[in-house]
Amino acid sequence: MTLFRRSEVVIAAILFTAMILIGLVNPAFWQVDNLFSLLRSNVVIGIMALGVLLVMLSGGFDVSFPAFAVAAMYLTVHGMLLTGYVGVVLPFAVAILIGAVCGSINGFFVWKFKMIPLIVTLGTGAVVRGLLLGVVGTSMINIDRFPPVLIDFAKAEVFTLTKADGTHSGLTAMVLVYFALALGVHLMLRHTMIGRSIYALGGGAEAATRVGFDLKKTIFFIYCLAGALAGFAGMLHCSMIWLANPRDFVGTDLEVIAAVVLGGASIFGGRGSVIGTMLGVFMLVMVKNSLIIMKVDTTWQLVVVGSIIVIATAASAWRDRGRKA
Amino acid sequence: MEKLGFDFRRLIGRDNNIGQLLVMVVLIIAVMSALSPDKFLRYYNFESLTYLFPELGVLSIAMLVAMMTGGIDLSIIGVANLSAILAGLFFHQVIDRAALSAGGGTGWVVVGVFMSIAIGALAGAFNGFLITRLRVTPILATLGSGQIYTGIALVLTGGPAIVGFPEAWDYIGNGKLFGLAVPFLLFVAIALGMAFLLTRTTFGVDLQLIGTNPKAAVYAGLDRAKMVFLSYVLTGTLASIAGIMLSGRTNAAKSDYGTSYLLQAILIAVLGGTNPAGGKGTVLGVSIAVVALMLLSSGFQILRFSNHLIDFIWGAFLLLVIVVNTYKNRTR
Amino acid sequence: MSDVFLDLRNVVKQFSGVRALDDISLTIRSGEIHCLAGENGSGKSTLIKVISGVYRPDAGSIAIDGRTVPHLTPIGAIRHGIQVIYQDFSLFGNLSVAENLALNTELQEKRALVNWKRVHAIAATALERLGVDIDPASEVDDLSTAGRQLVAIARALMSDPRLLIMDEPTTALTRKEVETLFRIVRDIQARGIAVLFVSHKMREMLEISERISVIRNGRKVAEGPTSEFDEPKIVRHMTGHDISSETYHWQAPAGDVPPRLEVEKLTLPGKFEDLSLALRPGEIVGLSGLLGSGRTEFAKALFGLESGCTGTVKVDGKPVVIDRVETAIAAGIAYVPEDRLSEGLFLGQSIDRNILATTYAKIATATVIDRTKAAELAASSIRAMQIATPSGEKPVGQLSGGNQQRVVLARWLLTEARVLVLNGPTVGVDVGSKAEIHKIIRRLAMEKDVAVLMISDDILELVQNCNRIVVMHRGRFVETLETAETSEHRVSDMLTSFR
Repeated sequence: MTLFRRSEVVIAAILFTAMILIGLVNPAFWQVDNLFSLLRSNVVIGIMALGVLLVMLSGGFDVSFPAFAVAAMYLTVHGMLLTGYVGVVLPFAVAILIGAVCGSINGFFVWKFKMIPLIVTLGTGAVVRGLLLGVVGTSMINIDRFPPVLIDFAKAEVFTLTKADGTHSGLTAMVLVYFALALGVHLMLRHTMIGRSIYALGGGAEAATRVGFDLKKTIFFIYCLAGALAGFAGMLHCSMIWLANPRDFVGTDLEVIAAVVLGGASIFGGRGSVIGTMLGVFMLVMVKNSLIIMKVDTTWQLVVVGSIIVIATAASAWRDRGRKA
Repeated sequence: MEKLGFDFRRLIGRDNNIGQLLVMVVLIIAVMSALSPDKFLRYYNFESLTYLFPELGVLSIAMLVAMMTGGIDLSIIGVANLSAILAGLFFHQVIDRAALSAGGGTGWVVVGVFMSIAIGALAGAFNGFLITRLRVTPILATLGSGQIYTGIALVLTGGPAIVGFPEAWDYIGNGKLFGLAVPFLLFVAIALGMAFLLTRTTFGVDLQLIGTNPKAAVYAGLDRAKMVFLSYVLTGTLASIAGIMLSGRTNAAKSDYGTSYLLQAILIAVLGGTNPAGGKGTVLGVSIAVVALMLLSSGFQILRFSNHLIDFIWGAFLLLVIVVNTYKNRTR
Repeated sequence: MSDVFLDLRNVVKQFSGVRALDDISLTIRSGEIHCLAGENGSGKSTLIKVISGVYRPDAGSIAIDGRTVPHLTPIGAIRHGIQVIYQDFSLFGNLSVAENLALNTELQEKRALVNWKRVHAIAATALERLGVDIDPASEVDDLSTAGRQLVAIARALMSDPRLLIMDEPTTALTRKEVETLFRIVRDIQARGIAVLFVSHKMREMLEISERISVIRNGRKVAEGPTSEFDEPKIVRHMTGHDISSETYHWQAPAGDVPPRLEVEKLTLPGKFEDLSLALRPGEIVGLSGLLGSGRTEFAKALFGLESGCTGTVKVDGKPVVIDRVETAIAAGIAYVPEDRLSEGLFLGQSIDRNILATTYAKIATATVIDRTKAAELAASSIRAMQIATPSGEKPVGQLSGGNQQRVVLARWLLTEARVLVLNGPTVGVDVGSKAEIHKIIRRLAMEKDVAVLMISDDILELVQNCNRIVVMHRGRFVETLETAETSEHRVSDMLTSFR
């Protein structure tokens, strides 16, 4: 009884059913290659979704993270080319820092001016992307100029299978990075006071203040961490595709938000979990992936993603209908 | 004349936001004229603005309508593009190429306009259904439906723009009447009509009351669900009109045209004094705000700022408006 | 146990020139149950906020345990052992009971990590101390109001407070739940904790407290042991006027006029059953009953706000189906809600718009509003209701409580309602306006032959203004009293006997 009231269980059940159905329609779905590439597609969206989850748990909304991710990745790679720096750790650290700084602007406006987060993040997103494209440049950094050290880093695989025909298929090690981050965010949300303060803020800002939470700290933490995750995801993204495109991630905001909502997070705040979000991301990626392997034209993707948002939100509105009486 | 002046003062007195916006317009003109006197003050510059700003102005009024009840409509761009694309496809079906290039098909354009508007209304009705019947929050409902509309547009076109609209259609976005731009005249008509609708009819007043206090609206016997539903139908309709103007001006329709308009429409609505939480906002304020911001960005264009930097300025302006509004409310 | 815990001396608090607290002194002894009585808007909540450190007084002093505390902050108040249970309980609905209980402790100990074992241990101890049986793992949103209140009390008691302030704690409780609450409050007292019980319900004050302080318009007007008070005395202090013997006299109209409102066997399962009532033109009928008796549900059902009712409703002899607010209004029924601010008014809008909200549809042709008519109607309503404002274009939020209530009444007068259902018509209204509003209601009934159903906690209000009082209990009408042949005491005795 209580098991089925947990939205994660419901999502997992739907996901499992969908996997079986897709597998029946198209057995190619279960091929190791496909599963590996599916998991690979989870990584970047998943890490961004962790950030969006934090914001949504607090009752906020974020559409600026794709701009932050692009800024972090493009500036960092640009910097590496200019300085000729060879290394992995520092560039990622810089990308994270850029994301966090951008996020702190969101935090500042949301905390100081108590403005609707959607409108704040629309503004900051436009500011960051506009500055990037207008000042830094619009040219892509292609494979021929892309730092090899990053490519090598992202090429790492957890394990490799050699198939009968001699080809290899491997699972990217970036999946581990994603899982580690997810575990970290989960532990933070579940077992630290700052994590609980995010839930408390989502449950009611007034009550949270009365109990004695420092909401300024919480809000800055949320938006900085969300920005940092976006920055990290951006850096990982360009390393995995060997390309830093300052116009990248257009429309990613909707996909990620769709995944988080699909994962059971409430837009009103206070409800949602890392495991649910991961399942939501997996579901979204799987549906998109299946469209491709079922040879549905890619132009249908937007319709499908849009429908998923509408259906998922309608379903959760129906679930919560009696809750806020 | 005496009476007119009096009325004007009263208008500003009642809503000091309008006064501030007018001051802003004057300031922008003054600063831009000082920075680039030979180019900015040319008649041509202002004339070209009268072709450019109306579509954004209509979208901003659409946003105002959605914000009136405390909602938001993130699907307006999708609706605008979808209705223009469907009209374009319709024209390609009913008018052969030769006739099209010879400037024919004026009769079909009337049908096309009605069809576009009907599609806008239908798309808005779907949003209204999601929001009032299924009780999805406006942000998520219109975010999702906007994707669907854009997606359908993409499926219909396969990606590339639809080009080749009848001449009469282009006239809506490009033509001149009495020496003035047709889209400008259209905007004035729509703005006047909407101002009338929002302040002088039961529908408009009900929307404002619902936005102020939805619960009290129910106790006062207002049909909240119906009015909110209709407001989204209206929003969709306005979006499709903007789509007609945009495709008429560019003689093309594409699924990803005007994506930066969404941010700008929200910015203009908020700058124009609309309260995103509902209940407050005027068409006049939004109209002045759209003119002010178009003057600003045309000035920056003349100063050879890139489009990206102008996007940045729009975003920065939105943040600035938030700051100013906060301090204004604080002193009150 | 007579040592003084909290001593307020000559406290003044102003808001933009208005004295919300005017020279108030209040003494609370350790371990006493002290009632703070006053009508809504009398300054009760401001006083609570001063005691809990939220507001800093403009003048006067606060002493705790005999020592003056110059700058009391919210955290300082908590450190001194002052805990407030607000009306909304300040709980997190999305978190478990256990976490709600433990958050405070965890925060105070400045912990960075959450140890769930400890959280559950803390919660278990807290619930055990209060002696209540609530599953600590359940989500707070899934609890009843009473359950949430118990969690809030358990949480407040965890910090070993010296003074527990309860703001209108019985508002949303049923009688049985109130009894449980009172048992717990006495329990708390037995541990030497002082309880400041804020209320405007006289019966409850007299039952629970040892001392009573009454405030009115920001001033303390009476203080003393509860034994020195009785209901009329508290009312007199709270309202500032003597109990007048003047009552409403209603003359049955000549001839065979059908009742304005006739309700037969109205039933809403689980809320009320088999309610039959007839209101003749010009009658003002009081509806009295304890909270949870079903009186509000009955009133809402008449206005189309409760679905699933069975039975018949007739207006002027004609049967009407009331399933929505629109149909109720069309039938000539008007409803003035309990909570004026959240349910009655459009605060950011002008007085005119508030008055005309329901009437616009009537003065519009093809939805276009006739502005001349609108202005005339609004102006004449403002005059008729004597609303104190220079212009109808001013925001309604600038009016006083009494004037705001007149705006809501004016709205319904314009709809030419024949049946007026008033739920707490003078809650939060100052004394002068109260009498005025009563006069308006009486005039409506007498001159316009409107039938009025008046629901109120204020029995005196009912006795003074109604010609008949219907007593409701557990979803049924149990008694009908002619006001001329009854007294306030009889009605309140009857209500007391229901406990």
